[in-house]
Amino acid sequence: MKDRLRRMKALIVKEFVQVVRDPSSLLIAFVLPMILLFLFGYGVSLDAKRLQIGVAVEDSGEEAASLAASFLASPYFEARISRDARVLEADLLAGRSRGIVVIANDFSRRLHTTGTTAALQVISDGSETNTANYVQNYAQGVVSTWATLQQLKQGNSNVTGPRLVPRIWFNPELESRDSLVPGAIAIIMAIIGTLLTALVVSREWERGTMEALMATPVGIAEVIIGKLIPYFLLGMVAMLGSVAIAVFLFKVPFHGSVGALLLTSVAFLLAALGQGLLISTLAKNQFVAAQVAMITGFLPAFLLSGFIFEIASMPLPIRGLTHIIPARYLVTNLQTLFLVGDVWNLLLPNVLILLLLAGALFFITARKTAKRLR
Amino acid sequence: MEHAPVVIQGLAYSFGSSQPPALDDLSAVIRPGAVTGLVGPDGAGKTTLIRLMAALLLPGRGSISIFGLDTRREPTELHRIIGYMPQKFGLYEDLSVMQNLRLYADLQGVIGSARQQAFGRLLAFTGLVPFQSRLAGRLSGGMKQKLGLACALIRKPRLLLLDEPSVGVDPVSRRELWRMVQELVNEEMAVIWSTAYLDEAEQCDEVLLLNQGKLIFAGPPRELTKRVIGRCFQIRNMSGNRRLVLANALQRQEVQDGIVQGENVRIVLRNGASPPELAALSAGPEAKLAAVAPRFEDAFVDILGGGPGGTSVLAAAMAQVKDDGLITVEAQGLTKRFGDFTAARDITFAIKRGEIFGLLGPNGAGKSTTFKMMCGLLRPSAGIGRVVGLDLQQAPGQARSRLGYMAQKFSLYGDLSARQNLEFFSGVYGLAGAKQKETVARMIDIFNLGPHLKVAARELPLGFKQRLALSCAVMHEPAVLFLDEPTSGVDPLTRREFWTHINGLVERGVTVLVTTHFMDEAEYCDRIGLIYRGQMIAAGTPDELKGSTANAQLPDPTLEDAFIELLHRWDDKSREAA
Repeated sequence: MKDRLRRMKALIVKEFVQVVRDPSSLLIAFVLPMILLFLFGYGVSLDAKRLQIGVAVEDSGEEAASLAASFLASPYFEARISRDARVLEADLLAGRSRGIVVIANDFSRRLHTTGTTAALQVISDGSETNTANYVQNYAQGVVSTWATLQQLKQGNSNVTGPRLVPRIWFNPELESRDSLVPGAIAIIMAIIGTLLTALVVSREWERGTMEALMATPVGIAEVIIGKLIPYFLLGMVAMLGSVAIAVFLFKVPFHGSVGALLLTSVAFLLAALGQGLLISTLAKNQFVAAQVAMITGFLPAFLLSGFIFEIASMPLPIRGLTHIIPARYLVTNLQTLFLVGDVWNLLLPNVLILLLLAGALFFITARKTAKRLR
Repeated sequence: MEHAPVVIQGLAYSFGSSQPPALDDLSAVIRPGAVTGLVGPDGAGKTTLIRLMAALLLPGRGSISIFGLDTRREPTELHRIIGYMPQKFGLYEDLSVMQNLRLYADLQGVIGSARQQAFGRLLAFTGLVPFQSRLAGRLSGGMKQKLGLACALIRKPRLLLLDEPSVGVDPVSRRELWRMVQELVNEEMAVIWSTAYLDEAEQCDEVLLLNQGKLIFAGPPRELTKRVIGRCFQIRNMSGNRRLVLANALQRQEVQDGIVQGENVRIVLRNGASPPELAALSAGPEAKLAAVAPRFEDAFVDILGGGPGGTSVLAAAMAQVKDDGLITVEAQGLTKRFGDFTAARDITFAIKRGEIFGLLGPNGAGKSTTFKMMCGLLRPSAGIGRVVGLDLQQAPGQARSRLGYMAQKFSLYGDLSARQNLEFFSGVYGLAGAKQKETVARMIDIFNLGPHLKVAARELPLGFKQRLALSCAVMHEPAVLFLDEPTSGVDPLTRREFWTHINGLVERGVTVLVTTHFMDEAEYCDRIGLIYRGQMIAAGTPDELKGSTANAQLPDPTLEDAFIELLHRWDDKSREAA
């Protein structure tokens, strides 16, 4: 037993020395997380604000001018006003604007004539489907606000019809950074847990050091634990560091408790490390290990975790696949912890599933690894 | 009863049911207090056997026991008594010398007072005391090898397994390692040393000779050498061209094997054959036949069925270039500085058409730097390199189109088939259309690549990889051929075939620049330049170099002796100057 502990300690010390000396490990463990965090904190935003559009005012009536002014005043649009729709079309074609609102020359007249509808044309750029939707919806919003104001101005205080009263919970400002940064932390932990671990184990195979280790009295469990502990600690440090940056630098609110955060992180890291170890027992060179870790670890954490793309709107088979992606549970838990708080009946099942995944991965790894070269 | 260090019984091992067995029905006993050489051509199964002995692989059939411990049943106990140095030395490159030693001491359970003692003893033994804090990755090849040995020795193993410890290591380091291992062997310790160098095998107490997974000889090397006693001769005092004499000799029925040794040609006769008439070999009127002592290599080639024939079909298909005696490769004061380190200093040589020039030197001496400058791959800090009169800096493209280059490691595209490689490289060298088709077809024909055309180059047997690499380098019929350690890790049979082609090409007027660690390869050179500490410290024919170091103790030095003596003299001289 004493021998075992001494051997494991030696392996762990070795691993830390290697991380500090090897620039590529440092890059993956510290620099890459920082880049991602800053990218999602400052760079990427899913909020569409200041969309470039054109407003073609072909009508010279007072209402047309007032509607055009509403578009100019909207925070969602950066509107360019013109008398001639053709000028604005050129902008749309060249990609300088995302849509055109056409106020036709009979707009004011039709507005005052009962029995006719004053139609507005909204043209949007369908090559960017999301943006096109935003243009349509925001335009509708501007117009309906304007219409309500018009009616109030005319002394018609009795505006009819149902009215939406939106209240947004957890993230009232709909600040996308507040949900992106927790997601970015999940990605960072997936990188360290899976990619880095897979790389460092396959490197031992590639450089022939695994062969030398195996010819010593070291047991395979000791080798695996000697890899797990350092990268587990590294993952936790990266997680805590990222959370600190999120809270203190990006001012993302954190409503949960530290205990719940640690519990979730430990469960996720175990699953990610299990995945990394499994990859490295199957792929014994760094190139293949990196590819496999990217495809099965990093990319799913990005695409299938619900971090950017809504899981509910994925096709059924893909939705099924997301259930075995550890990052899915981490993203949900982190977003909950940051924005909502300790919702235990959501957090706990996810933690349990992560532990189950981790158990399964370690089981397969242990079955596949023997103290042999083949 | 005392257990023997290794007992192998009816061992068989295969990497897959579709593959031929890597080892087949092998039985042997290895005795203590001796260095046992594990010898054989590449792919013979040496590494597989060592890994089986280290219990890193399990026997398919049969068994191996190490001091009575079965590799299948008692691997953990077994790992306490063996020291194993794998081919890449098993060192952590980002750890310092001392950190590597400490790690292996912890893993092997060397603690307490024994620990400091072991460190002191091994550091002194390997001469690594001044380098304790240096990163293992920054050590030279020879020092890495010593550190690997120290790590394997940390617990005084009873069986030391060394897998090709001397591959890619220069003769000086090889000799030191050999001396160190000799010191270790005693009644308690057995050493197994696998090697492709036959001069090393010759010095072992016992050898196991493997070929295609079968054990074809076990016993002291002189037992094997006995079979060629009275069959080894040197043809001396030749006035004719020695390469032609060798080619002629190898064409004779009675000659089993032959190589160039400096000014002379060494031949081994078939069993019971009488020597050929020297006149028939066009060796000149003065030529004499002298009986020489047999070497292990002679017996090795003999037992494998003899060397290849002497004519090169490759050379036969090439146009003869008129020997105008012009200088085709020239280095003038080549100097390369990296920061304040001078890797090559004022290197000057000139090679005539149809000449073989060898660059020899220890690892890190500046050979590769010089070589890269001559290929136009590295810009010299000062000096000029010329190929067929073209300055490599002024007209690199033109100059390179006139030279063929064969890199140190297998540098073809492993994922492409043999044919695709040929087509790609012929295209790179500007062959197109009917000419390209015709050249590729000729290469396939010459090198018998037909059955292997669709095989990925990586999967080719080593001999065919070598042939393919050579054919890719000569398809455009270059005037100059640059070979960077062309036969490193290749067995003697393949090496002989390779040199048959080179000799043939040289006779056609091709100029050859070659770097090598193999002394028998250096013997083929017309002239040799010895590079050491970035400078050319000696140059001359192999016989001149040998002659310059002959003394009373060593009247007839080998080229390796001469090599090491010249380095020592240089060191002494620079110490005096300092």
